[in-house]
Amino acid sequence: MRAVVTVVGKDCVGILASVSAVCSECGVNITDVTQSILRDMFVMIMMVELADRSALLADFSGRLQKMGKDKGLRIQVMHEDIFNTMHRI
Amino acid sequence: MINAKDILETLMMIQEEHLDVRTITMGISLLDCIDPNVNAACTKVYDKICYKAQNLVKTGEQLEREYGVPIVNKRISVTPMAMIAAACPKDSPVLFAKALERAAQTTGVNFIGGYSALVHKGFGPGDRALIESIPEALSVTDHVCSSVNIGSTKTGINLDACKLMGRIVKQAAEKTADRNCIGAAKLVVFCNAPEDNPFMAGAFHGPGEPDSVINVGVSGPGVVSAAIQKAGNCNITEVADIIKKTAFKITRVGQLIAYEASKRLDVPFGIVDLSLAPTPAVGDSVAHILEAMGLQSVGAPGTTATLALLNDAVKKGGVMASSHVGGLSGAFIPVTEDAGMIDAARSGALTIEKLEAMTAVCSVGLDMIVVPGDLPAESISGIIADEAAIGMVNSKTTAVRLIPAIGKKVGEELNFGGLLGTGPVMPVNPNSPAAFINRGGRIPAPMQSLKN
Repeated sequence: MRAVVTVVGKDCVGILASVSAVCSECGVNITDVTQSILRDMFVMIMMVELADRSALLADFSGRLQKMGKDKGLRIQVMHEDIFNTMHRI
Repeated sequence: MINAKDILETLMMIQEEHLDVRTITMGISLLDCIDPNVNAACTKVYDKICYKAQNLVKTGEQLEREYGVPIVNKRISVTPMAMIAAACPKDSPVLFAKALERAAQTTGVNFIGGYSALVHKGFGPGDRALIESIPEALSVTDHVCSSVNIGSTKTGINLDACKLMGRIVKQAAEKTADRNCIGAAKLVVFCNAPEDNPFMAGAFHGPGEPDSVINVGVSGPGVVSAAIQKAGNCNITEVADIIKKTAFKITRVGQLIAYEASKRLDVPFGIVDLSLAPTPAVGDSVAHILEAMGLQSVGAPGTTATLALLNDAVKKGGVMASSHVGGLSGAFIPVTEDAGMIDAARSGALTIEKLEAMTAVCSVGLDMIVVPGDLPAESISGIIADEAAIGMVNSKTTAVRLIPAIGKKVGEELNFGGLLGTGPVMPVNPNSPAAFINRGGRIPAPMQSLKN
């Protein structure tokens, strides 16, 4: 399945590296990344592909959220269909 | 790649504006559980519910994780229990309520609805016994919800049932007086009850429904009020457009979840219910939407007009977002479950009379209103009859969920906690409708029923 990882929080060194490291550990392939810094806020949107298994998603999402908590970032992993359904007819 | 602005908008809706799927409700027919032996019937009821709904909660949690949208409740609705209990006339229907409670606990759902009777034209076998047992059934169970349909546009209003329900509502509160009268909060009296409503306490699985079905109720009043606030000082046509667009997005989420739940559970998709359901949380209030449109407080002159616009725009936006729309579909105005309504009721800005007018233009009725504990049963019956008349004449669903606060007077409060919230005891007109209610009989169906 394809999912969207969003990372929002105060900018600091190594955010992209830490998120990518978790992706790599979980065998999750990154297909696209955009990021921007608005004032001090770091916003990153990452498209990823992962095997269609609920347990994998839970593990991946759990690890990212834990890492996010340690660094004061808000990290969400969501199936891409939620965005496609809401914003496209 | 999906537009970054859209992604952030969705995140904002979920994280800041309380967008959620309020409920995935599985409707289950119990018609094949009818048995003259009450123990055999209760076993069949329990077994069928537990079999059909064994993966409901797990699937709901999975969807929640994958899509990142909170799914607040997982619920079950069943065939009106009076139909099942009618085959066991010598036994107490409460045994069925206990079977439902056990099934709710085993499956892990938040509520189970359908301890119900449909008596809009008269009492069938089993109906009276079930209705009489409602106060006890609701006091010995935690998850069971009950509803009674006492009128419809096609049949008129069963005034005998109105009279009976006035007493039953009061008894339901009395039997649970030590628990904030919670029994009455789990009991709804309907006119034109929908058979596919996923929302409690009025959900039941109508006899015309398939064996099992998935119905989904969306929510998101916070998202709508945030969108109106962002738009600033625009005219009311633009407000209606903003609500339509927002309702579309909210409903699409419901449709996605309903479709996925139906596929994974291998149960047919029934409907998405477009209702805007508030919670007592700040920022999740229907009253605040009306206030965002420009009212000083809900209850002010203009309230009915703003609510009518809201209700209509929600439907217009939502109907294109889902392949099947049903249930109650409109804005809910439960007093104790809505932070803005609670404030307005406390300050006296919102009265029962104004709420009654509002129910003519929105989806449900007088919902979660705390009334004085010494209010006579006939007055409750009168309120039920008034509300049913609005539903009957306007060909819409109306409902009454009043909570007589036993031992409390106007100005005191009941606090249920959780989604049911808290609310002040509201004053009711002291003049008695007893002679009218005691006439009994049936109010004839209105001209609106003659459509053929």
